[in-house]
Amino acid sequence: MENKHMGTEVEAAAHPLAETARMFIKNKAAVLGLIVLFVIILIAIFGPIFYTTDPEDMVWMAYSPPGEEGFLFGTDYLGRDLLAQMMQGARVSILVGLSAAFMTVFIGITVGALAGFYQGIVEEILMRITEFFQVLPTLLFSMVIVALFGASLPMITIAIGAVSWTAVARITRAEFMRIRSLEYVAAARAIGAKNNRLMFRVILPNALPPIIVQAALMVGSAILFEAGLSFLNLSDPNIISWGRIIGDNRVNILDSSFAVTIPGIAIFITVLAISLVGDGLNDAFNPKLRGR
Amino acid sequence: MSQSKAPILSVEGLSVSFPMPRSGIFGERQYLKAVRDISFDVPAGKTLGIVGESGSGKTTAAMATIRLTEAQAGVVEFNGTDLFKLSSEEMRQQRQHMQVIFQDPYSSLNPRDRVGAIVREPLDLMNVGDPKGRDARVAELFELVGLRPDQMALFPHQFSGGQRQRISIARALATNPALIVCDEPVSALDVAIQAQILNLLRKLQEELGLSYLFISHDLGVVQFICDEIAVMYLGEIVEQASRMDLFSKPQHPYTKALLETAPSLARRKSAGYRREALVEGDPPSPLNIPKGCAFAGRCPKATEKCLNERPELTFDGNRSVACHFPND
Repeated sequence: MENKHMGTEVEAAAHPLAETARMFIKNKAAVLGLIVLFVIILIAIFGPIFYTTDPEDMVWMAYSPPGEEGFLFGTDYLGRDLLAQMMQGARVSILVGLSAAFMTVFIGITVGALAGFYQGIVEEILMRITEFFQVLPTLLFSMVIVALFGASLPMITIAIGAVSWTAVARITRAEFMRIRSLEYVAAARAIGAKNNRLMFRVILPNALPPIIVQAALMVGSAILFEAGLSFLNLSDPNIISWGRIIGDNRVNILDSSFAVTIPGIAIFITVLAISLVGDGLNDAFNPKLRGR
Repeated sequence: MSQSKAPILSVEGLSVSFPMPRSGIFGERQYLKAVRDISFDVPAGKTLGIVGESGSGKTTAAMATIRLTEAQAGVVEFNGTDLFKLSSEEMRQQRQHMQVIFQDPYSSLNPRDRVGAIVREPLDLMNVGDPKGRDARVAELFELVGLRPDQMALFPHQFSGGQRQRISIARALATNPALIVCDEPVSALDVAIQAQILNLLRKLQEELGLSYLFISHDLGVVQFICDEIAVMYLGEIVEQASRMDLFSKPQHPYTKALLETAPSLARRKSAGYRREALVEGDPPSPLNIPKGCAFAGRCPKATEKCLNERPELTFDGNRSVACHFPND
């Protein structure tokens, strides 16, 4: 940036994030991902309002192919409208994805921040706990949680959160360790900032970029995870999700592949869009790492 | 050692060491002795410089005196208060009277805050005055350090290194401190900007009666701004004297070597000039301190005595030197 401040003209304040936003917009794939994601979310929110067919109702014969009898996606093994089910399932999948990611970030930041800031014995204990969770086989562990405490939606969210917060904790800790040795943290201490302020007001905002990227990707993997659990019948049988639709119809995958393909494609597109957005955020936060 | 005025900061027997990682679970823990039993005073309204090469412990010593680094031993009296005996909250309250200017203007300002907020933060944290008064004070500080108040809304990355250091200075001045620790405040700046910042620091000292504890490895800078100079080597003060005495009649062989090797433009201009390397090699490791004089291994006139007996820092009424044979 050229040196304009000596002139009489007052330069506009450029927020550090403005540059990031500019970089993100330049990334076509990421913008496409964002648009796709936006459309999916709109459909999840408004679809069931405008398309009022009850996804639980048996409206026609089973496995009517897509397009016939006015059913855009056809019907499932019980003769329920697949389009209505898909829109209902989108709500559940996205809700689980977001809340599991939120939980992941919350636990991860708390553990990582405490470990990275205090170091010493606190770090030692917290990181051993993190490692304990890291070595657990994730799918097996979440299956155990769901099997033990029941397959309700909150429990599935907790199960997903419990197995995936470790990555966020490690990233947060690494960022805290890097930033806490920078001079502006010492400067904040020198002007009388307390530990809480240092942690959450000074260090955390500067540690956020990689955490945000990780959180975005976490939404995608949580959706996949939920689909996996539902596919294995480890979800609330009364709640329709994309994974559940695949799981319910998988018996007839050879005769009526559309009933598994359609939710499969929906999961694929959603997770891909999330990954593109996460990737775009990563590049936008770290322009120097581009092309790696 | 100006006895005329009571010192604002008086440090006695300060030691700082850092634990090193163990070599194994049962390995013995080694300690890096960064600062070893040093004492110095900062006279009120004056500047004490601490010079030394990288790793001599000068920054650690300064940071330990204001409790930004934990010290293992020592007494630090600031305005008559023993800082090491204060609780963390009492210490926090004391911080408004002592401030720091850091070395690297690019990492000492939080990149996410507007510079106006950065300068205002000490006032908010210390609850100085009312919100309106704080705004006025920030504008006043900007003027004082040579920035325009309309730049307050900008972010640090929109400023040059020299301007950032001015912001750092404004932040340090915000709570009207009596003492400012300057940790190599100009070493990251261009020479032309260095002079601007040094002049600003001197002007502020005259106007506000500030005391500086000035850390530097640049003898030219130290000569310009310091009244009293302490030379550190491997965690110890080896010589302390007034600026005049130190630069005209250095006593310790390390000080002499430092002064000789300092680059001088005048000498460099003469044809065929080659700088003499008076001291060769590196200082010993602070993990494994020699039992005699720490400088003996590099000293041109070290004797048996130097290798075995540690010289004490002795005050001869004018200056302090830690050498067995200071005047040879």
